[in-house]
Amino acid sequence: MIEICDVHKSFGDLEVLKGIDLEVKKGEVVSVIGGSGSGKSTLLYCINGIEDIQQGKIVVDEVDVHAKATNQDRLRQKLGMVFQQWNSFPHLTVLENAALAPRIVLKKSKKEATEVARQELTHVGLGDKFDEYPSRMSGGQQQRLAIARALAMKPDYMLFDEVTSALDPELVGEVLDTLRMLRDDGMTMICVTHEIGFAREVSDKVAFFHQGIIEEIGSPEQVISNPCQETTRKFLSKVLH
Amino acid sequence: MGSFFTPLSWHDAPFILTGILNTIYISTVAIIIGTILGLMVGFLRAESNRFTNVLMGGGLDVLRSVPLIIQLILFSTYIGATGHPLDPFVAGSIVLSLYTMAFMSEVFRGGFESVQQPMQVAARSLGLTYWQTVRYIRLPIGMRAVFPSWLGVALSVIKDSALVSVIGYMELLRTSEQLISRTQQPLQILIGVGFFYFLISYPLSLYGKRVEGKMVS
Amino acid sequence: MDYVFHWNIVFAKMPQLLHGAFVTLHVSVLSMLLGIVIAVLLAIARMSDSKKISLPATIWVEIARNTPALFHIYMAYFGLGAFGIHLSPYFAVLSALVFVNAGYLTETFRGGFQSIPPTQYHASKSLGMTSMQAYMYIILPQMFRRIYHPMTNQFVWSILMSSLGILVGMNELSGETQRLQSLSFRTLEFFIVAAVMYFIITRFVLFAASLIAGRVFRGDV
Repeated sequence: MIEICDVHKSFGDLEVLKGIDLEVKKGEVVSVIGGSGSGKSTLLYCINGIEDIQQGKIVVDEVDVHAKATNQDRLRQKLGMVFQQWNSFPHLTVLENAALAPRIVLKKSKKEATEVARQELTHVGLGDKFDEYPSRMSGGQQQRLAIARALAMKPDYMLFDEVTSALDPELVGEVLDTLRMLRDDGMTMICVTHEIGFAREVSDKVAFFHQGIIEEIGSPEQVISNPCQETTRKFLSKVLH
Repeated sequence: MGSFFTPLSWHDAPFILTGILNTIYISTVAIIIGTILGLMVGFLRAESNRFTNVLMGGGLDVLRSVPLIIQLILFSTYIGATGHPLDPFVAGSIVLSLYTMAFMSEVFRGGFESVQQPMQVAARSLGLTYWQTVRYIRLPIGMRAVFPSWLGVALSVIKDSALVSVIGYMELLRTSEQLISRTQQPLQILIGVGFFYFLISYPLSLYGKRVEGKMVS
Repeated sequence: MDYVFHWNIVFAKMPQLLHGAFVTLHVSVLSMLLGIVIAVLLAIARMSDSKKISLPATIWVEIARNTPALFHIYMAYFGLGAFGIHLSPYFAVLSALVFVNAGYLTETFRGGFQSIPPTQYHASKSLGMTSMQAYMYIILPQMFRRIYHPMTNQFVWSILMSSLGILVGMNELSGETQRLQSLSFRTLEFFIVAAVMYFIITRFVLFAASLIAGRVFRGDV
């Protein structure tokens, strides 16, 4: 379970998160929507420990992410993350991309690591690309590689940071299909996304971020179909038309 | 002077100034001639087929793979052997210009090749002739792209011009050598010399970095 | 021109010339290795937020890049005498080349490092890698490809500039050529052979470098 309690985060004088409370249970899919600059991506970076927080607490499976005693590198093994920019490692083949972390972080044998990588890559539909270099692949394929790379670590949670925003429109579908598949596998996921239709379809909970706070949270039907806040309605009318 | 060393004095100022001016003089000549020749060779290389390219490349490789100091010695010895010795300035300018050309041609070749085919096609479709395309499209766009590299080569020419001292041209470093052997104050004189090179080179390199920075953003 | 070439004299001295070529390679390889070690430290210092640490590195880099190599050799050979330091020609040339190489390579390393997007580091960290692992497996391998060609060029530069040893009486290829020709007065012949030898050495280095690059660097960066 991921518990987020009254989290505040500032960059210099700019307060990006102004007291966020959120709970994500095992097996849940939570989508985070909202305008750009509302702090949604920052929250993911904080959960992952890449960014510090100034106040509050984020607890992942009883472990306080930002406590001094916490080994964040170890914690990140159970928190897979996929970014807006796919960040493939350009000097490694597709298979090496996915097998590297299991080998050097989880200390699996080369054979085991490669096996896990093969499975996950096949799972996301890249079974025929093992020896390809990422630069020869489309953005959609690279993004699926990034997902497989994270899955190869056998994480308990997956964090998705606007994973379709940088893609050409015709490539969005294949990545969303992969996310749907993960949901069907029972993966716990937090998706920061602009794809409102997708959020409505897959989420157990939708959180609407506005100026650093969660303006509205609830089931997709409630937040997306029948928003009670004026700001939520305004935002939705802008992105849906 | 006999065996007595005389310390550095203000009377040496004109002598040093001549050295500085000569360094600037021969560098400028080499950069100008090297740029013009390099522009022509670079254009030819960007336009010509594989065979002529390999041939030209081979010649340029020789200029780039043999130390400048050896080129200077060879050229002046050869001229001496022909029985029609040249003034050190002329001999130095010829060698330094050709050496500069070898590096400049690569810079300009890259510049010409950096102008994308579609842009040329677009220009031709407007009715520009081949040479008009070169003159108004490829030259200005290509040259802007390579300006920082051009400046880099020019700066190295200023520094390399110090080597022309070996064939007897009275540039800054040779001037200082003579002063050192007279005054026996190598450290002070050398620091002064280094300072002057720095004074010429550093502002230009800063300017180059600024232009490059602007081009990236 | 009625100059008659006498090549036999030169060929008779081939062993000495080859030894000179060996010294040339020796001093340039060593100047690269030492230059690389210093440049790594200088690059780290230059990227420091503390002015106290970055300024000395910046001064080193700018002096090395904006003054002639010959100036540095003279400084090492004649200038240091003022401090009671008297270097042999070999060490004077070596230390000058090390100084300049370190200056240029610092900028190469810094540029190479900054050309790797920080997101590569984030992505590595998100997979649970330690900082050390992120550098070892992700950042440095990519950086190495980008600095490989500038480094090769710097090595060639070192080979060519070591020829300035001729001016302080060093026994590398040029200095040796100078000494041998002064004994026989076959100046042209000796220096033509030296030029050919430099050409072969330089071309060989570039050829070997591209061969190695083709073997080692797979994929694109």
